[in-house]
Amino acid sequence: MYPADFRYTKDHEWIQVSGSTGTVGITDYAQHALGDVVFVQLPKTGTKLKAGAVLGTVESVKAVSEVFSPVSGEVTEVNSDLTDTPEKINQDPHRAAWLVKLKLENPKDVAVLMDAKAYQEYVAEKEKEQTA
Amino acid sequence: MSTPATAETRKTALNSVHRRMGAKMVNFGGWDMPVEYTGILAEHEAVRRRVGLFDVSHMGEIEIRGPRALDLVQHVSSNNAAKLAMGQAQYSGLMTPRGTFVDDLLVHKISDTHYFLCVNAGNQDRDYAHIAEHNTFGAELENAGARYSQIAIQGPRALELLQRFTKVAVAPMKYYWFAFGDVNGVDCLIARTGYTGEDGFEIYFSPEHSEKLWDALMDAGQPLGVAACGLGARNTLRLEAGMALYGHEIGDTTTPWEANLAWICKVDKGEFLGRDVLMRQKETGVQRILAGFEMNSRLIARDGYAVLDGTREVGSVTSGGPAPFLKKNIGFAYVPPKLSAPGTPIAISVRGEAAPAKIVPAPFYKRAK
Repeated sequence: MYPADFRYTKDHEWIQVSGSTGTVGITDYAQHALGDVVFVQLPKTGTKLKAGAVLGTVESVKAVSEVFSPVSGEVTEVNSDLTDTPEKINQDPHRAAWLVKLKLENPKDVAVLMDAKAYQEYVAEKEKEQTA
Repeated sequence: MSTPATAETRKTALNSVHRRMGAKMVNFGGWDMPVEYTGILAEHEAVRRRVGLFDVSHMGEIEIRGPRALDLVQHVSSNNAAKLAMGQAQYSGLMTPRGTFVDDLLVHKISDTHYFLCVNAGNQDRDYAHIAEHNTFGAELENAGARYSQIAIQGPRALELLQRFTKVAVAPMKYYWFAFGDVNGVDCLIARTGYTGEDGFEIYFSPEHSEKLWDALMDAGQPLGVAACGLGARNTLRLEAGMALYGHEIGDTTTPWEANLAWICKVDKGEFLGRDVLMRQKETGVQRILAGFEMNSRLIARDGYAVLDGTREVGSVTSGGPAPFLKKNIGFAYVPPKLSAPGTPIAISVRGEAAPAKIVPAPFYKRAK
């Protein structure tokens, strides 16, 4: 379910690092919790983001959810397909529905984030809380 | 997002059915309720085009009996219950002495000496206490929520689905009328009412039959394209249909005039709680009024966002969100009366941005009759 080559945040973002570029999205857990996504607001390319800064907004029918940058970097590309097809976030959150690409300030920053196994355990715990 | 179910949350008789169906559950007014099953958009669409089933057993019921039952109903509510025939229902407001809403409700006249009220789940106990406090008529009052489950069957094919299970001729039943009858072997109050803007029915019955009735309706509804619908779709459907939600469009600081509900505020019917205040406000006019609006862009207005006239904050959004069937972003807001005419440009403050919008007539959606 959660790709092994991604890193994950407690706020349910993922980042895949390749060289000095990081691709960022929200996780399957996040899209499921939100429900049908109807709107995505993303930053302009060139925007510099600190780790934890608001990167954008994903809105479902019911809820508004801010997306936070997992690490520090500069936005080099945004997934403009999502403007017209925000539902892709529900359909393919880990692939087609990436949100932005970042030129990372320091690729080693991702080391502090959860790996797939740790994130899997983290969301299993969340789900347990909810059905308790 | 869903709130964990805790020991204090109340459960309807269909709780295990919702969990079995994999519904996403939330705490709504102290009740553990399904917010969605397959998704709000699909459920909304099912009700507009086919038929949806809602467990609304959390709604409260209050029964008023006795020779002066009508006098008590008239005293606490804003609409004119004296106009009701036996078997007829009306939308009304439960009023404070200040002319504001304790709740909104449906008043069903079962007989001259028996009225059946359907009230909001989270307000039930407070409504009951309020009515009891003003019961100077010796009417018999029952807080009857625990004695009823309620299922709403809503959508253009609701009639077809319900008719399979009852000998009551539901097709000739008019909107806002009701009858008693057997539905799949269960005694029900069958009302042609709803909170979706579609044709449909709300049936009230004893909770022990809930699962059997729900499953029968779901099974028989499969060929009709039935969907189990949660509170998420219930909210988008009622907003699109321009219906008020307690705690949003109406509450204990809003009057029927302000809420654009003059049609349920019958000051000519005689004395009732808040009438003098309401008659004065009718003379002086209101400072703010509820108006529907539509966003001019993809930005979505949400509950509580500020309404701007230029850069000045002049009001606030009571309910806002996407209208899935209309494919627009809509909402209700309190605005100064001079900004309330359809076509008036306003702006909504969305994350610091003044997002352009315009006032439009409500209801936003009206089904073809």
